[in-house]
Formats: sequence, C-alpha cells, structure tokens
Amino acid sequence: MKNLNIKLIALFIASAAIVSCDEDFDNPIEDGGTYTSGEADFSKYVTVGNSLTAGYADGALYLSGQQNSFPNIIAGQMQFAGGGEFNQPLVNDNTGGLLAAGFQILPNRFVLASDGMGNPAGPAVFTGAAPTTDITNKVTGPLNNFGVPGAKVFHLAAPGYGALSGVATGTANPYYARFSSSESSTIIADAAAANGTFFTLWIGNNDILGYATNGGTFTNPLTGETTQALDHNVTNNITPSSYSSSDITNNNVFAGVYQQLVAGLTANGAKGVLVNIPDVTSIPFFTTVPSQALSPADPTFGPQIPLLNQVYGGLNQIFTAFGQPGRQISFSTTGASGLVVRDLDLADLSQNPNFVNALVPLVQGIGASFNLTLTAAQATGLAQILAPQFGQIRQATPSDLITFTAAPLLGGNNQQLFGTLTGAGLPVELAGALTANGVTFPLGDQFVLDEDEQAAVTTAQTAYNATIEGLALANDLAFVDARAALAQVASTGVAFNGGVLTSTYATGGGFSLDGVHPTARGYAFTANTIIDAINAKYGSTLPKVDIGAYSTIQLSDQVQ
Amino acid sequence: MNKIKVFVVLCLISTFAFAGGYRVSTQSNKQLAMGHTGVAVVNSADILFFNPAGIVHLENKLNISAGGFGVFSDVKFQNQEFGTTSETDSPTGTPLYLYATYKVTEDFSVGLGVYTPYGSNVTWPTDWSGSHLVNEIELSAIFIQPTLSYQLFDSVSIGGGPILAIGGVSFNRNASRTLTDEEGNRSNIGIEDSGVTSWGWTAGLMFTPTDRFSLGFNYRSLINIDSTEGTATFSNFPNSTLTPANGETSFTATLPLPAELTLGVSYKMFNDKLLLAFDYNRALWSEYNSLDLEFGNGATSINPRNYKDASTYRFGAQYAATDKLTVRAGYYFDESPVQSGFFAPETPRNDSDGYTFGLSFQATPKLSIDTSFLFLKFREVTESYDFYFDTGSPVPAPFEGTYKSSAFIAGLGITYSM
Repeated sequence: MKNLNIKLIALFIASAAIVSCDEDFDNPIEDGGTYTSGEADFSKYVTVGNSLTAGYADGALYLSGQQNSFPNIIAGQMQFAGGGEFNQPLVNDNTGGLLAAGFQILPNRFVLASDGMGNPAGPAVFTGAAPTTDITNKVTGPLNNFGVPGAKVFHLAAPGYGALSGVATGTANPYYARFSSSESSTIIADAAAANGTFFTLWIGNNDILGYATNGGTFTNPLTGETTQALDHNVTNNITPSSYSSSDITNNNVFAGVYQQLVAGLTANGAKGVLVNIPDVTSIPFFTTVPSQALSPADPTFGPQIPLLNQVYGGLNQIFTAFGQPGRQISFSTTGASGLVVRDLDLADLSQNPNFVNALVPLVQGIGASFNLTLTAAQATGLAQILAPQFGQIRQATPSDLITFTAAPLLGGNNQQLFGTLTGAGLPVELAGALTANGVTFPLGDQFVLDEDEQAAVTTAQTAYNATIEGLALANDLAFVDARAALAQVASTGVAFNGGVLTSTYATGGGFSLDGVHPTARGYAFTANTIIDAINAKYGSTLPKVDIGAYSTIQLSDQVQ
Repeated sequence: MNKIKVFVVLCLISTFAFAGGYRVSTQSNKQLAMGHTGVAVVNSADILFFNPAGIVHLENKLNISAGGFGVFSDVKFQNQEFGTTSETDSPTGTPLYLYATYKVTEDFSVGLGVYTPYGSNVTWPTDWSGSHLVNEIELSAIFIQPTLSYQLFDSVSIGGGPILAIGGVSFNRNASRTLTDEEGNRSNIGIEDSGVTSWGWTAGLMFTPTDRFSLGFNYRSLINIDSTEGTATFSNFPNSTLTPANGETSFTATLPLPAELTLGVSYKMFNDKLLLAFDYNRALWSEYNSLDLEFGNGATSINPRNYKDASTYRFGAQYAATDKLTVRAGYYFDESPVQSGFFAPETPRNDSDGYTFGLSFQATPKLSIDTSFLFLKFREVTESYDFYFDTGSPVPAPFEGTYKSSAFIAGLGITYSM
C-alpha cells in the first residue's frame, strides 16, 4: 500500500513536469523563416544621402528623429531576414541644434506651441533644454548611415566636405564633420569603405530644393543682399565649387557624380535601391501659404480695399506710363486677391529718376487721405523712400508658390521701413498703412517661387529623375518612385491604420514643422515605400511597419 | 472598513488571471484537481464556495480548509504583417482561500469563506506595441462570505449568504500610440484604487435523491466595484496646454464582477470509491459593456468591451486509490466572453481548455494535504481591438495580432475536520 502511494505521487510529479512546458505559436515569427531576403543579402545595410537619410526633421537633427530615420526603420525590418547591426551617427539629445567648440552654430528643433489656453499657436524653436551635441566630439566606430543634412549630389564626392576646419568658413558641412574619417575624406568613399552588402541612395533633393525654398534667390550671408540664384542648366556652369547654395545643379554634373556614387556603392557587388526626387509642390513649405491670401472678409484688410485700390490705381497708371502695363495691382471686394510681391525678374523702375517724380502726386494723394498736407519737398522726400518699394513689384498670381517662411510676415509690417517713416515724422497710421507686408510692402522675391522658377526646378528634377531611373535600370538596382509616393500623400492622402496621412502642415501627419522634412510617421511611410520596392525587385518578404505607431509633431510650450 | 487593513490584506492576497474575462477559478485544491467542479460535490468545507447549500451535508462538526496556489502565466503576442512581437512578464500570482463550517444542529450549519474569485494580473513590456491599450493591469477582489445552510427536506438543502467584496485596481497605459514629452518619453496614465467595498449575495440548492447522486445549483450575484476615491497619475505629458497637465487627479470607474450561475451533478460508484462530477457555469458577462474612466482633470477614456455571457463546461473525477491517497483529474472548456473586434490585450483570453489533476494525502484521520495542478491552454487566436481612436481621428486604429496564452497553476492546501 505504501509503495502504491509513492508510485502515485511520483506519477503525479512526472505529469506536472510534462504539462508545464512552454506554449508557443503555431508559426512563431521570432523563430525566423517567416520573412526572407530573396536574392538580396541584408547582412550589412549601408545608406547614403542627405537630411532625409539622416532622419532630419523639424528644422534640426535630433535623437528620436534619427531613431525614426527611414534607413533605421528599414534596418529594423531587415533584421527579420538576416539583417545585421545598423549604426548611425546619433546626436546626444532631442533638443537638436549643433555646437562647435561650445558655441551654437545651428538652431534647436521646432515644436508646436500653444497660446497658453489650449489652442495651437504655431511652430516655435524649442528652448526647454540646451543643445549638447558638439561637432568637435567626433563619432567613432563603424557606421551604416551616411546621410548628411544639406548635402547636394556633388558634395558626396567632395574632399574636405567633412573637414572640421572648414565648417566656420562654410566649405565643410558640420554634420559630416562630426563623423568624417579624415579632414579630406569624401562621404562616398567613407560609405564605400563600410563595404555594405545592400545599400540605399537618396540624393539630389537639395540640388533643386535650395533654389526653391529661397524663391529662386540667394541671400549673401555676409552682406544680406538678395540676388537671383542661378540655374546652371542655363549658365552651363559645370564647376560645382563655384555654385552658391541656392543654385540649381547642372544636369550633366548631377548625372556624372551620381554615376560615380552608384559605381562606388556597387563596386563590391552590393545590391541596392535608388530613390528619385519628389516634387517641391508635394511639401507643405510651398502649399501652406496661399498666393491669393488677401481676403475681403479679413476684418483688418477688407475695410482698406477702397483706399488701396485708389492708391494702386494711381500706381497702375504710372506703371503703364513707364511701359509696364502688365503690372496692374488691384484688390477684389468679393474674392481673395494676390499678395503684392517683389520680383527680381522685373525691371526696377526706381532706377529711373522720373519714377520718383511720377510718385510725388500719388504720395500727396495718400497724405490727403490721412488728412495730411504734404509740401512739395516732403512729398518728394517720401517718394524717394517709397520708390524702391514700388519699383519692382507685381501682384502674385495663382501659380506663384509662396514659401512657408513668409507666414510669420503676413499681417505684420516691415519694421525697418516703419521706423524710417515714423522717424521722418509721418503719423503712425500712415506709416503703418505704407508698410503692411504683402499689401503695401512687397514680399521679397525669396518668398516667391514664380512660374519660371518652378519650371527651372521641374526641368532639373525631370532630368535628375531620368538619370536615377536610368542608372537603376543599367545597374539592375531597385528603383523607388518617391515622387509618385509623395504626390499621392499631397493629393489624396494615404490611408493607414487609424487615419489618413496627408501633407497638410502640422495636422496632416506626414510633414514635420519645418514644412520640408517628414515626421517620423512620414519617414515610416517612406520606409514602407522602399520596402515594397526591395521586395518587388529582390523577391524578399520584409514586413512593413505600422505607420500609425510613429509620432508626428511634438507639442511643447517650452519656447521663446 | 479600515482602509489600511484592507490594503494589507490586498497586498497579501494578490490575484491572477484565468478563466474567461478576469474570473479566476482557483477556489479549492480538491475541486480544481477535478476540473473545478463542485456545485454537487460534498468533499470538504470548500463546498461553501461552490454551493452554500452543501455545507449542511458535511459529516463533521467543524471543517476547515485553507490553501493557496502559485500561478505562472504567459501571454505571447505577434503581428505577422508588421513583424511585431511581445510577451508578458506577469508576476507570479498567489491566490488563497479559507473556508470554515460548523454544524450547529443536524440540519443547520453556518460557515465563513474568504476567497478571490476575480482578478487579473497582466504585465506587458512597457511601451510595447499595444501600450496605448495597456502596459500593466492588476485587478483583485476578495470576497468575504458568511453562510447559512439548512436541510429543508431529506433530499433538499438550501444555503446562502451575503458577500462583502473588497476590490482593488491598478492599471497603467500610454496616453496614445505616439504622444511623448519633449524628451521622447511616452505620455502615460496610471490609475490606482484599493479597498473599494461592495455587497452582493449568493444562494444555492442541493438535491440528494439517493446517497450516490447529487444535483446542485448555485447563483452568485453581480457585484459592481465603483471606484471613486482612487488616484489617477498623468506623467510624461509635454509641457503644453494642448494636453492634460502632469500630476495626480481623481477618477471614477465601474468594474462589474458579473453574476455566475452554476448547475451540476455528481455520481458515486464502485463502493463510493469513484466520484464523477459535471458542472455547467454561466457567467453573465454581458453586464460588462464598457470601461469608462472619467478623470478629475476633465479627460475621459471610453473603452467599449461588449462582453457576452459565457459558459464553462467542467468534468471531474476522484478516486480513492488507497486508504490514504485520493487521486483526482478533470477537464474543462472555458468559453471566452470577449467578442470578435473587442479583443483587448488587458484580458487576452480566448476559449481555453483546462487540464487538471491532483491528489490528497490523508496524513492523519483529521488532516489531509491536498495538491492540484491546472494546465490551461488558451487557443491561439488572431483578433483585434477595433475601438481605439487616435485623438481627433474619425477612423479607428484597430490593434490586431495573434495571441497565445497559457497558464500553469500549482496549488497546495489542507483540510481539517473534527
């Protein structure tokens, strides 16, 4: 009997041991085999490009942006199919901004501030924490991400672009200087030395973007003078070292350098992806501020329309008299009207001394409207001040694109001229009326991408994209039509689990607060688009990511 | 009720998951070993829980049982579309029970039971892919049940009593799928309350037409745990008036502990050496429509649950193998109350199969040592929770994936009679 007791207890313990084993899925994805790499080898993924590859967003490079860079997202998914470690030149913090030997050389990130009462106010520079990333602390160790914010195609092959000594003089890029292998290294050589088995290359956006975001102008950082930027497809200048930061890169220069880049990345037989250049009209930087921004329903603008039309009526006659009948400016009382803008393409009538004389009666009329009787000398003096303001202006057409950087100006006054006018003894009301941004004081040309400038951008973009697609075909690489993907975000939006991704500023989810760079969610969408192309080309089965799980814009009232 | 004392008790008796919803079927080692049947099984003072009408059938004057369990549970989650995986790291639960009955006269008995029929303890990795639904949840409810039982006729007894339920909850989840503070830490809301008291009742009936055959019926009422004095903690929200402020606030919420109805039979054979039992439970989970949280700072969180009533079918057997050793085994099928589209990871429970066995060793004529094992296999399920909306979004963001849950429970108890 005792023996039986022991046997039963032993059986009981054995049974317990058997049933307590761990339960698992029928097809556990962690065991591998669920996702495959196809013909590709993802063991070492190397990526080369500009800010988009770096994970730049909200006007800065910050830690969580880098962690959500499209290459880092793709690398995470590659780990299901043989992918290895993926190292990025991470910055220290989520403040953004860069220091050089302790001095801040690039600003902190943007956050969305509130008005303090629960309503969104607008983008503002985050001041809640000081930047801590100093470019003189070089990043060491192996890297996979060679994305350098600001880089144009030819910068990738430019020796010295990562020289710390060149940052202050503007010949080198502070982001690359952080991790360049030497003072004379090139990005492409550093990337090729990483010896990847798989790569993505997305470069060329800045070769047109600098031109576009500056409205086809270049503002000299030393003198502050704004002049027209150059389209080197027109000048046929093929020496990039002579280009200004706003110039459009010559198509042949683009093609030549791009070919070198592809050759460098494929020299070891690596497979990879080439990504083309999206339209500038896909980004909220150009679609947020309407050119027809002046509404008669606006309580401050509407009531001024009769007086404005009277003044501009007189000016329109002067334009006609000076042989410029096309520059007719008037404001509708029933619908929105175009902003008044300066256009450096126009002949500057203020260069003609007779223009000042012609303005004198007009100025006297304006004074009379404000119950101010101006002497001939006073009127002439004022006309001399106003001549440069009116000498090169037109009204924005619906096809003009106004840059996002104009948004803070609208509704305000040009403070410099306002000071000049009040200093000369003009009443505040009159000085205010004569300096309203976009109404009486023209928006600078750097805020307007006009039709001709858009055409120059499109011409270059089309040529670049033809080069990219052609080289993808010639080298048997995957090709990603980022242009089509972003155009879809901008036109219909892209539905995802929990919403629709659009390019609407701040609320659309696709673009960060700088209006140019994607949010983490936008980068996740980019990663999915590239993963689709990789899977299609190489027969791999990398899973996509749930873009709804990626963040959009950061809220904070810790701003200036 | 002295809150501090209640809190101490709650700390001692933390509870666990298993069975549909957050019902925890670990109220007796003897009965768990036989599939947690028991509404018609007169074994020990444990019948006080299963059917208060049964305690009058206990032969001894005084019967006491006490016991506890170690609960080891695991939930795995994966989403094949996105390659996301996760696994819970829930703490080991240690449910306890204590029953005492006293025969006042031949046809009248009284008793007192303390047990923990509801609870849940699920800990996902912080900030996992479903963290906007739950990071961590701990529910506990202690029932204290004074009981009277009376032999109405030779073959019919009745019993019942009031139930004092003492509930506690701690729940933590991220504010949304993406909201963070300026440093990138996920914004988080945690709620905590304990010592919430509420009353209910239970009543049972036992029909014993022969010595071998028993039929039992038991009903335990709905008890709503109304939480009004707890603390909600908002943390890692950005410094912005567009979001709630960080800090503590109050909250209100109601969690129903649903009514349960049990009908069962038992039959003895082979000189009463073998006992077979069958129980049918019906848990009235349809009471649980929505978990609605209203916070003192004006924020709200509406979480549709839409549970359905669910059944459990229990089969058990016990065999007196030797004078000293009784062996038991059982099986039950437990239907999940969670409907398709409402599968939230806070109670990731699909239909389950429970396999049980155990034995009692009669150490002395008065004292028996009881052990039980339960292996609970939840069927693999690919399901979603379809009622989460990102702030301001008109379309829901379903949280979908495949769940595989299992639990292993080992229990030890004593039964004392005199």
